[in-house]
Amino acid sequence: MTDQTAQPEQTATRRWPYLIPLIVLLALGGVFGKRLLDIQQGKDVSLIPTVLLDTPVPDLNLPPLPGRGEALTTADLKGEVTLVNIWGSWCIACLSEHPLLLSIKEEGFVPVHGIAWRDDPEQSLRWLARHGDPYSKIGQDPRSEAAIAFGVTAAPETFIVDKEGVIRYKQTGPITPEIWRATMKPLIDELKK
Amino acid sequence: MKILSSLAMAASLSVIALTGAFAVEPNEMLQDPALEARAREVSQHLRCVQCQNETIDESNAQIARDMRILVRQQIMNGDTNEEIIDYMVSRYGDYVLLKPRFQTNTLILWFGPFVVLLVGGFVVVRRMRTASNTAAMAPLSDDERAAIGNVMPPGDDAK
Repeated sequence: MTDQTAQPEQTATRRWPYLIPLIVLLALGGVFGKRLLDIQQGKDVSLIPTVLLDTPVPDLNLPPLPGRGEALTTADLKGEVTLVNIWGSWCIACLSEHPLLLSIKEEGFVPVHGIAWRDDPEQSLRWLARHGDPYSKIGQDPRSEAAIAFGVTAAPETFIVDKEGVIRYKQTGPITPEIWRATMKPLIDELKK
Repeated sequence: MKILSSLAMAASLSVIALTGAFAVEPNEMLQDPALEARAREVSQHLRCVQCQNETIDESNAQIARDMRILVRQQIMNGDTNEEIIDYMVSRYGDYVLLKPRFQTNTLILWFGPFVVLLVGGFVVVRRMRTASNTAAMAPLSDDERAAIGNVMPPGDDAK
């Protein structure tokens, strides 16, 4: 018990198990460090990856805003590539992507359908009158049924739906011009073929 | 009769209020207490997708409230608790569950602690064994040899 140095060979072969805690510690440090670095670089760590990618759009039958066209239904999301934008007049972040949506509409690049989420229809209409209306069809979702069916956590969220009505992309938070140019537009071009 | 029932209501409300955080508003509740109890049980398994560490039962977030209402609608439609939870998972992924399910990608969560315990126990047992073995096999020091030499005359064993 007293004289451990008496067997140099034996302790040398037994030394490696002591490295296990160190390795575990380094691995944990790496995982936590990466997360901290992500936060520091402004990556949104609260993002929930969507499980809806490559699944058909949920069944929709949402009433229109009063005096503005027809209901938004699942049939509207089939036959051509579409964008579905979840939005509300109460949503401040929605304003930041609004000019981009308007320019998409102006270009006629792809139809943008809106889901007016948990909003008073009068307020939705007033907001559109004030800021411009980029939407093809708008369906009201006052009780979040469509929002939950789309796995929405906070507005705005935008989905790219292909010709078969399958969700191919989800944008959480406002669409920035960079995301549009680098990711969403190329994907839509691809899906349109 | 009316007084009695409102008393009963008040009593049950205070019991619910005492059992912890509680965000369900009276107008959300189902008439049938058994169904309402099921709604609350389901709600306590579902995580508020906006607030990360609360159940939808505890959360005051709008989306949590709408999820609670949807849970109650689905109960009224005759869905089982399992079906309702499955629906939420199909929309939000495993994230929406406060208690992880037992499945391949959560095995490490369920078994990790036991594996660590086993490995740790194994290492401790090994160490204790080697420690006692080395003590038994420690070679004699010079002092000890000298002491033996004093007792046993050298070459005695050759006889």
